[in-house]
Amino acid sequence: MNTILYIVQKEFKQIFRNKGMLPIIFILPLLQLLILSNAATFEIKNIKFSYIDNDKSSNSRLLIEKFDASTYFNVISNFSSIKEAKAAMSKGEVEVILEIPINFERQLSNHKDTDLSITINAIDGAAAGVQSVYINQIVQTFNKNITISLSTPTENKSSTKIIESIPSFWYNITLNYKTFMVPGILVLLVSMITLFLSGMNIVREKEIGTLEQMNVTPIKKSQFIIGKLFPFWIIGFVLLTIGLVISKIIFNTPMVGSLWLIYFYTAIYLLVILGMGLFISNFTDTQQQAMFIAWFFIVIFILMSGLFTPIESMPYWAQILTEFNPIKYFVEIMRMVMLKGSNFVDIIPLLIKTLFYAVIMNGLAVWSYKKTN
Amino acid sequence: MIETNVIQVENLTKKFGDFIAVNAITFEVKRGEIFGFLGANGAGKTTAMKMLIGISSPTSGNAKVADFDVFTNSEDIKKNIGYMSQKFALYDDLTVKENITFFGGIYGLSRKKIEEKRQLLVEELGLQNIVNELVGSLPLGWKQKIAFSVALLHEPKIVFLDEPTGGVDPITRRQFWEMIYKASNNGTTVFVTTHYMDEAEYCDRVSIMVEGKIEALDTPKKLKEKFKVNSMNDVFLKLARNIE
Repeated sequence: MNTILYIVQKEFKQIFRNKGMLPIIFILPLLQLLILSNAATFEIKNIKFSYIDNDKSSNSRLLIEKFDASTYFNVISNFSSIKEAKAAMSKGEVEVILEIPINFERQLSNHKDTDLSITINAIDGAAAGVQSVYINQIVQTFNKNITISLSTPTENKSSTKIIESIPSFWYNITLNYKTFMVPGILVLLVSMITLFLSGMNIVREKEIGTLEQMNVTPIKKSQFIIGKLFPFWIIGFVLLTIGLVISKIIFNTPMVGSLWLIYFYTAIYLLVILGMGLFISNFTDTQQQAMFIAWFFIVIFILMSGLFTPIESMPYWAQILTEFNPIKYFVEIMRMVMLKGSNFVDIIPLLIKTLFYAVIMNGLAVWSYKKTN
Repeated sequence: MIETNVIQVENLTKKFGDFIAVNAITFEVKRGEIFGFLGANGAGKTTAMKMLIGISSPTSGNAKVADFDVFTNSEDIKKNIGYMSQKFALYDDLTVKENITFFGGIYGLSRKKIEEKRQLLVEELGLQNIVNELVGSLPLGWKQKIAFSVALLHEPKIVFLDEPTGGVDPITRRQFWEMIYKASNNGTTVFVTTHYMDEAEYCDRVSIMVEGKIEALDTPKKLKEKFKVNSMNDVFLKLARNIE
């Protein structure tokens, strides 16, 4: 026990004597949260909108005003012909073209169905989908008798059946994207920094040669590993705390569930990440190698965590792969507890998986660390 | 003092694939002796030493260090030995004092004992002004002297020194050897590898390794007589040349 204390003491001294360390712990979380939470959003604003008004009636002007009033659309130009409009789209000047047919007003006043033609630049399919939904919403609130004939480069015709649905959004009532993103980005922050720091730490001792010196001492493998990982475990909590405070102050992110539950889960989750870092460092000889491998895993874990793209939309085999992704668990837990208010019982399945993962990772780490070659 | 062997090695061999780094070496080291372990670069000195300090497992043979078997009790060996290498001395980003506390601590010394040892060390080496300096800011000679003292903190039976005086000036080397003598007088066995043949003269006995084998083992005086030369340097050259 005493031995572990001596190692922990030494590690903390070395960590804080490293000039780059304090900015990493305090500034990085702030930057990451501020930049990513604002940047990583699926909301599309300021869509470059153009129209061709063949009707030139008060109704058609009213519709266009609706678009203009929306924060999502910037009405930037009107064209006299579809040819002109398409030329502008291929130059990238406009993203959406709305064509209002002649007799638009007359059809509406006769309570007859009428068509609007919409052209959307669908190079970014996801964005085009979102734009199409926005347009539909605006048009539907304008008049339910209008059917939109949508033309995108993929020529997907929207259904002409008019079915009205009344959505009721739970947990994130205002559909605020930041509320959704911030908990996930907190996970990134905690995971990335602790994985990199722990992964590099032991390799660094290998590089300097001090690891050999440690191997000649009677330190037990477990003592050494616990002594090495404990400081990063603490740093993980510090990062989480800083992140939570920032997200509360700046984004006013809700904390519906128990804060203690988040900390409790993090305590176990960090063991997975630290064990992984240690495992990486046992198989590498230089800090560069360790960094590359840590990056490799972090990038895959992040992209497959459901943070930026929903796991439900991944192919089946990829969904199975995500079961081995600790970052996915944490993202899920954070969203569940912070936004839905899930309690301990709700997270038990994920907790067990994480615990299992932690045991395996640390088992591998201890096993692969050899004092004698 | 009863003459007992603290290191006993029989046919110790280490192979890396087909390459035989250490080829069936046999020797013993007596308690309190200064044993010089000589050899050219790549002769297998370091590999042999790593087996004795328990960080490399031998392919075959037998070896006992401080009465513990290197195959089965390498962790017990580690409690009884000190080790210092040229490559690494101490943690550069810790102060002298912190290094002493850390190494004392992991060898299981009590706080009180560490404090005593530190004061003694500071006095003996005249460290009053630098005890709170980072080791990284000290000259190499100082580092090596402090590292040697730290390796002796837990009063090991044997201290292994891997080219301890590499890159330091002649005066510091002289002082370093005085420290080695002192440790030896206190009953610590010193096992030292070196490139400097003048240092070999200071040893009680030396072994010379060539291509994985021990080609000569005796007191420096007897070796010089046997090879009919005046210095250990010539002994070494003659041996190395004969093999070629």
